Amino acid sequence: MTSDPTPDIATPDAPRTLFEKLWDAHVVVPETADAPAVLYIDLHLIHEVTTPQAFAELEARGLPVRRPDRTKGTLDHSTPTTQPDADGVLSYYTADAEHQVRTLRANCARHGVELFDFGSDHRGIVHVIGPELGLTLPGSTIVCGDSHTATHGAFGALAFGIGTSEVGHVLATQCLLQRKAKTLAIEVDGALGPGVTAKDLILHVIGAIGVDGGTGHVIEYRGSAIRALSMEERMTVCNMSIEAGARAGLIAPDDVTFAWLANTPRAPKGDAWDAALAQWRTLRSDDGARFDRVVRIDAREIRPTVTWGTHPGQVAAIDARIPVADGADAQRALDYMRFDGGKSLLGQPVDVVFVGSCTNGRLSDMRQVAAVLRDQTVHPRVRMLVVPGSVQVKREAEAEGIDRIVRAAGAEWREPGCSMCIAMNGDLVGPGQLAVSTSNRNFEGRQGREARTVLASPYTAAACAIAGQLVDPRDFLQEHAA
Amino acid sequence: MSAEPLTHVRSRTVCLPERNIDTDRIIPARFLTTTSREGLGKHAFNDWRWRDDGTPDPDFPLNRPEAQGARILVAGRNFGCGSSREHAPWALRDFGLRAVISAEIADIFRSNALKNGLLPVVLDAAVVDELLATPGIELEIDVAAATVALPDGRRFAFPIDGFARTCLLEGVDQLGYLLKQTPHIQRYEDAFHAR
Ligand code: SF4
Repeated sequence: MTSDPTPDIATPDAPRTLFEKLWDAHVVVPETADAPAVLYIDLHLIHEVTTPQAFAELEARGLPVRRPDRTKGTLDHSTPTTQPDADGVLSYYTADAEHQVRTLRANCARHGVELFDFGSDHRGIVHVIGPELGLTLPGSTIVCGDSHTATHGAFGALAFGIGTSEVGHVLATQCLLQRKAKTLAIEVDGALGPGVTAKDLILHVIGAIGVDGGTGHVIEYRGSAIRALSMEERMTVCNMSIEAGARAGLIAPDDVTFAWLANTPRAPKGDAWDAALAQWRTLRSDDGARFDRVVRIDAREIRPTVTWGTHPGQVAAIDARIPVADGADAQRALDYMRFDGGKSLLGQPVDVVFVGSCTNGRLSDMRQVAAVLRDQTVHPRVRMLVVPGSVQVKREAEAEGIDRIVRAAGAEWREPGCSMCIAMNGDLVGPGQLAVSTSNRNFEGRQGREARTVLASPYTAAACAIAGQLVDPRDFLQEHAA
Repeated sequence: MSAEPLTHVRSRTVCLPERNIDTDRIIPARFLTTTSREGLGKHAFNDWRWRDDGTPDPDFPLNRPEAQGARILVAGRNFGCGSSREHAPWALRDFGLRAVISAEIADIFRSNALKNGLLPVVLDAAVVDELLATPGIELEIDVAAATVALPDGRRFAFPIDGFARTCLLEGVDQLGYLLKQTPHIQRYEDAFHAR
């Protein structure tokens, strides 16, 4: 890892980073020493959990939603992932959860905001549906009351999470008060090895820079390893930028991005597409643009990677020994996880496997899981949930027969939603149980009180489900390819 | 929501030395199904504070008798990392806190805290370590001067954005401020978003 200091560049024609281009294009009122910039927001995504208090604020002031056309709603966090009963009734975990869903429905209806409700072909996790609908566009600013909004940065959009007060600001004014962030380039070069995925890459990166290594910065992921990633893999990488504390993550758009967008229902069409494409092609950091910090990572060194502690920066290669505690915090994490520092995690018995979330709940993730589960049986000790990220992912997966492979292996195939990633809809890991999860947070209690979470790739998760213990997915993939 | 002005915080401290205290620990997700901002204080640090049977854990620092009424929390670095849930500062405010001191505070938490009259104070790690080692001392935080005064008379300056400071001191309504920018917003939309 190396770091370059950056001189202050104020000349108008100076090379700019992608972040600076996105920022400059959306400044409504420039920042001064006394006041932050007023930044325009192109797309505001909303969901049931972080919006009720914001709409209530608008009501209290008698304000309309300024741009209902730039606001899109979905239901994902507190929604059941079980099938409705014979009468079509959903079994909400709590009355409060159902009330929250009804509240968003009423707020969207009152303000003319499109809501992807139950029954819509487009409902799903907010960060899965934006990209699949083509709402997420290069060069745009996107916010949501959700920290994983960084996912959309994979398209070259400036996308970040906001709090509920700010949700109210955007609803009422389509703008935010913002100070410009610093820039961090993460250059990943070289090819990933077999069985090593984008999830392993980003876990490795967070381990390298630390869980607060990106604080105050917008990360731009660059380098040959990043360019080689599919669109879905790029989303997995940008998704976890917040787990390094970063404001946002970005990848410059290229032909991979444009090919994805050409297949979406709501991206521009015809002449509008041609015009947009010409503009999108300018969205890259100029040669010579200076970043506040640069970190270089060799992709060839990355192995299947998992977390051993209680934040996403506590990672180790699956075939390595986990570190010995270097202080009280690491020891506390090891104690919570009931792991021994200095030992390998291989062979640890697994109780639950969760595949899904905005990190790894897309079609390619479902395919990877199916590739491992085909003709296999989930270990009797393990409860395995596979939760597609959206209605579209679910349909496409079912069209390929992935649901049948999952069920035949003894795992549960669920309705779309956040599910066990945040465990507020009743999909819970029990106290003391060890879960291998493709989600993004292994915080204490994240998946249920006293639940122990190991974050991993879909390959690793599926291999652990079959083995009933933590295993190296590469051994497994080779075994079954042979 | 226009916050009431905050000019000084004088209080004993309560300390949580752990690093990377995330928003799931500040308030677990299962309490996010509320549609109100009120009443979340009882769930602040819920799974630390309350045992499974609903009784308070007497060892948890915020449950100790000497911590009652404390308005300043001193915490290990990278406090408030994780989710964007504004329920975290809502819960801490409702619990009675007015300031959080740490060597590092996560970006979104800091922004959310400032909008709710909860002052995020970043001090040098050495000073924070000293505060963590001496829980319960009386501090005086002066928002206008952006300083923290210790009982022995030492004062430490902390960085604060000028706008954020004005908002705290005067209880500025940020949404009201943004609404006053409407002519600029309209011009921007006319120029760039006629498409
Ligand atoms: S899947 Fe998890 S991280 Fe993603 S939006 Fe839902 S709760 Fe948040």
